[in-house]
Amino acid sequence: MSDTKKLAIIASQGTLDWGYPPFILASTAAAMDMEAVIFFTFYGLPLLKKELDAKVSPHSNPAMPMKMPFGSKDFQSFNWPIPNVISGNVPGFDNMATMLMKETFKKKGVATIEQLRSMCQEFGVRFIACQMTMEVFGFEKEEFIDGVEYGGAATFLEYAADADISLFI
Amino acid sequence: MSDMVSNMELNCEGLNCPLPILKTKKAIDSLNSGEILKMTATDPGSVSDMASWAKRTGHELVAHTEASNVHTFFIRKK
Repeated sequence: MSDTKKLAIIASQGTLDWGYPPFILASTAAAMDMEAVIFFTFYGLPLLKKELDAKVSPHSNPAMPMKMPFGSKDFQSFNWPIPNVISGNVPGFDNMATMLMKETFKKKGVATIEQLRSMCQEFGVRFIACQMTMEVFGFEKEEFIDGVEYGGAATFLEYAADADISLFI
Repeated sequence: MSDMVSNMELNCEGLNCPLPILKTKKAIDSLNSGEILKMTATDPGSVSDMASWAKRTGHELVAHTEASNVHTFFIRKK
C-alpha cells in the first residue's frame, strides 16, 4: 500500500492570472513526491494550447493591483487607480495590462506559465482535457500540447475519490 | 556552516516561488543517496518552503544560513 499523497485540481479559468495556480500547485506537489492530476474544463481548456495566449482583464478583477514593472521602487509600488470606464472601454487595455503583468512577473523571477506547464509534464503530472468542453467550444486535439489525456467528469472523479487534496480553481 | 562540503551547487537567486523548489527537486534527483546539495536563494518564502519540502520528501535539511538576504541551504539526499 503506497502512502503517496494525491492532489486533484480542476482548472476552470484560462486567464493569465488564474492560469498560474493549477500549474504552480501541481508542479510543486510533484516536486514533493505527490501524484497530481489537473482536469481542464470550460475556460481552463485553453491552458493546454500549444500557443498560449492567456491574458488578464483588470475590468473583471476590481481588486487587481495595477503596478508598473519599471521605474523607482516607490513608482513600482504605486497602485494606479484605473476607473472601470477606462479599463472596460479603452481598446487594447487588456493587452497593456497583460504586458505589464508578464513583465512584472519576469522581473520578480516568476516562471512563465509555459515553463511551469512543461515542468509539470517532466515531473509526471497528468493533464486531462474535458472532452465535453472540447466539443462545445470546438477545440481540436491538434491544438493542444502532447501528452494530454481526454475524459469526462467520471474520469476525474475516479481519481479524485482517492485524492488527499482536491481543489477547484 | 557556509563552508560545508557539497556535491553540487544550485543557484536560485532572483527566482521566485515555486522555481527554487522545482529546481531543487531536479537537482536532488541527479544526486546519489547521502550526497549534499547546496542551494542559494533570495526568495524569503524559500525558508518556509524548503523546510516543508524537506519534511514531505524526507530529504534532510542539514543547515540553513542567511547573509545579505541570500539564503543558503544544505540538503542531504535520503
